[in-house]
Amino acid sequence: MSAPVQTGQTGPVDASGKAADLELARAYDAASTVPDPEVPCVTVADLGILRGVTRDADGRIVVRLTPTYSGCPAVIAIEMAVQTALLEAGVSARVERVISPAWTTDWITKEGREKLRAYGIAPPAGSSGGRRAFFAEDVIACPRCGSSRTTKISEFGSTACKAHYRCDACAEPFDYFKCI
Amino acid sequence: MGFAATAREDTGFRAVLELADDCLVLGHRLSEWCGHAPTLEEDLALANMGLDLLGQARALYAHAGEIEGKGRGEDDLAFLRRERDYCNCLLVERPNGDFAVTMARQLYFSAFMQPFWRALAASSSDATLAGIAAKAEKEMAYHLRHSGEWVIRLGDGTEESAERMQAAIDELHRYTGEMFLISPARRDAIAAGILPDPETLRPEWERTIATVFAEAGLTAPEVRVPQTGGRDGLHGEDMGHLLAELQFMQRAYPGQTW
Repeated sequence: MSAPVQTGQTGPVDASGKAADLELARAYDAASTVPDPEVPCVTVADLGILRGVTRDADGRIVVRLTPTYSGCPAVIAIEMAVQTALLEAGVSARVERVISPAWTTDWITKEGREKLRAYGIAPPAGSSGGRRAFFAEDVIACPRCGSSRTTKISEFGSTACKAHYRCDACAEPFDYFKCI
Repeated sequence: MGFAATAREDTGFRAVLELADDCLVLGHRLSEWCGHAPTLEEDLALANMGLDLLGQARALYAHAGEIEGKGRGEDDLAFLRRERDYCNCLLVERPNGDFAVTMARQLYFSAFMQPFWRALAASSSDATLAGIAAKAEKEMAYHLRHSGEWVIRLGDGTEESAERMQAAIDELHRYTGEMFLISPARRDAIAAGILPDPETLRPEWERTIATVFAEAGLTAPEVRVPQTGGRDGLHGEDMGHLLAELQFMQRAYPGQTW
């Protein structure tokens, strides 16, 4: 599961191609497979909230995580789950919270987007950035039937990262992982 | 003024504290809607926005505590200060009123804070604060759109909704000037390149409000006596009631964790 992921993720292989640090690789594998507690179909690596697994100046392994939203209540649960996974893998590492650069849905991997859709959550449409006009509506395809005839119920859904939609074709309500 | 003067020994601390208090107090106000909103979707939206603000407040308090360097953490600053030590602007502590008042307050605040955080993220000499700002800006963009759409919908809605929306604007407009007020702490922080000068943000704020009001058919009232004092710790009567609820657990059971 240590396939390289987009946008600055630090996998176990460094830029020069050296892969000698097996403990670091083990730490990455353990941390990257931890599921998100609120959206368990995706891992912290899929979401792009795992920002890197490196060694600090003292040689200690540091696992860096970033929150999705400032007030995301899952942050502590995720950090504890990652810490537990590292312990279970027999790796001694420190989990560090980083807030900069700010997380963006652009960091959700292609694989992660497919997993979301298969789970019934429409993945973020397009890329983040830019201020949208009042009443501007994005076309969000239904994750179940694929129809683009959908209606936004509320921009604020069951968690901070999701909006609430309804499909007008198959009549199913669904969550949309909104762009930030 | 005496209360604030003692706290201004540390400019950076006080400047960050003003921002943290704004976020905490408004976040708390929004949380008061939980279980009382007009619809379930709106209940979720208000709680979500409150949570964003609470998250921003936590990061800001933690940072303020580090700047202060006296070992005070986010909980000490949020729960164990007296009313006069809070330096939030008066707008954010205004009671929720009806839904129109809550949406007007959210519009005024987020129309200012979104460009404020954007400018801060782009130029602050304080890297931690810039990091907090970059996240907060994205969140405030959602608050601005949500509240703006409601103000338009209600202003341009039925006779009663338009009347109540206009009444909300009439009540709250006088509190908006304080967001642009440059307190001594803020003046020093602007000079140090930590915070953007709010005057540079005024054209965008005015444009946003004018756009919304034009679409909503609302008229901004003329403000004869702008209401200020929050930055100096001089709050309205409602602030004490807010803090009584906000601080109850830590006051009744000091040091309690769960």
